Amino acid sequence: MTTAGIDPPLDMPVDPPLDAPSYASTRLRHPTQPLLILPQTETELTAPAYGHAPVGELDHDLTRQHIGEPLGERITVSGRVLDGDGRPLRNTLVEIWQANAAGRYAHVDDRHDAPLDPAFGGAGRCLTDDEGRYRFVTIKPGAYPWGNHRNAWRPAHIHFSLFGTAFDLRLVTQMYFPGDPLLAYDPVLNAIPDERARERLVSRLDPQRTQPDWALGYAFDVVLRGPAATPLEER
Amino acid sequence: MKVEPTPSQTVGPYFALMLRDELLTMGPPGLPGALLLAGTVLDGAARPVTDAMLELWQADAAGRYVVDDPAAATPPGFTGFARVPTDTWGRYRVEIVKPGRVGAAAPHIAVSVFARGLLQRLVTRVYFPDEQAANAADPVLAGVDPARRGTLVASAQEGGALHYDVRLQGPGETAFFGVAR
Repeated sequence: MTTAGIDPPLDMPVDPPLDAPSYASTRLRHPTQPLLILPQTETELTAPAYGHAPVGELDHDLTRQHIGEPLGERITVSGRVLDGDGRPLRNTLVEIWQANAAGRYAHVDDRHDAPLDPAFGGAGRCLTDDEGRYRFVTIKPGAYPWGNHRNAWRPAHIHFSLFGTAFDLRLVTQMYFPGDPLLAYDPVLNAIPDERARERLVSRLDPQRTQPDWALGYAFDVVLRGPAATPLEER
Repeated sequence: MKVEPTPSQTVGPYFALMLRDELLTMGPPGLPGALLLAGTVLDGAARPVTDAMLELWQADAAGRYVVDDPAAATPPGFTGFARVPTDTWGRYRVEIVKPGRVGAAAPHIAVSVFARGLLQRLVTRVYFPDEQAANAADPVLAGVDPARRGTLVASAQEGGALHYDVRLQGPGETAFFGVAR
């Protein structure tokens, strides 16, 4: 929780640093040279059309993509995709992927000793509507161990991928669940220096979106950087 | 009303679950003028990064970004966007079409690198080895230390293919750009 009246320093970055020693995989993968300034040109201010990426009728519903229903706690995850001025980003592709209820991904490299669920593939996608809204039906993913340090466990999370209207706005992130005691121990989430920014990755249980006798509703809005700047003048 | 941006997190090792075929290429097979661009992603110990994902975004052959209608692109059907994973040797390969010039910029491809261990994507550019004059006048390349510019230029292979490695760290480290947020 933030303390009223105390603002973090203005230069507190939103994103986690590339070199985060508590997250071991950053050690040999972070550049050691400073990042260079990239002027915004047409390359950075445009993004591809997704008309060529047809979204199927069941792509947003991870509980109906296979034979039978997956085991686990059925939930909905919904929200809006906005630019930095709070304006909706329409018709933008939102993709998610996640572990099953036992904390295992349907991926050949996931060797966690937990059962696979033949009724759960764990990936979905949809396009935002005119108000920037998206909605998924899925099951709540389980926590799982990973090799970062002894007895390391990832909190339950859903991976999100968003495109937006410009190359600059591209965002890949993770959504977490409120009240999860593992959040405090997670080096991936806690690499984000600003507590308020970390809290923006934690979804909210929304009674209004919860459907009686069917599914709990979690709310998660995503704000891509913006507003779009003016392109560098082309000579 | 200003709203605060959502922070970035790593793509993790299991993004392949969400990859779909139609975004793996820049258009239908057999695009006229298609060139192979291939290379390896390497870490700070010069070991292959076997779980990286590269995204490429570029103008079409006429120097236009295909933001709405690939049918009207040059060549028709070209999207200018592809997303490719690395394999168990850290290699990627993707067919491109050489982009036309856009304003003062030399032909180039914008590249995002995602991987486990990258808490933000890395952004770089690929320039073309047969465009020495245009590269020398490119305003983005001009801002890169001359000793590092070579990390942004692909090398020519036999048959017109292009080779471009991404070195995340260490000797020959690729020049990466910050994206303001």
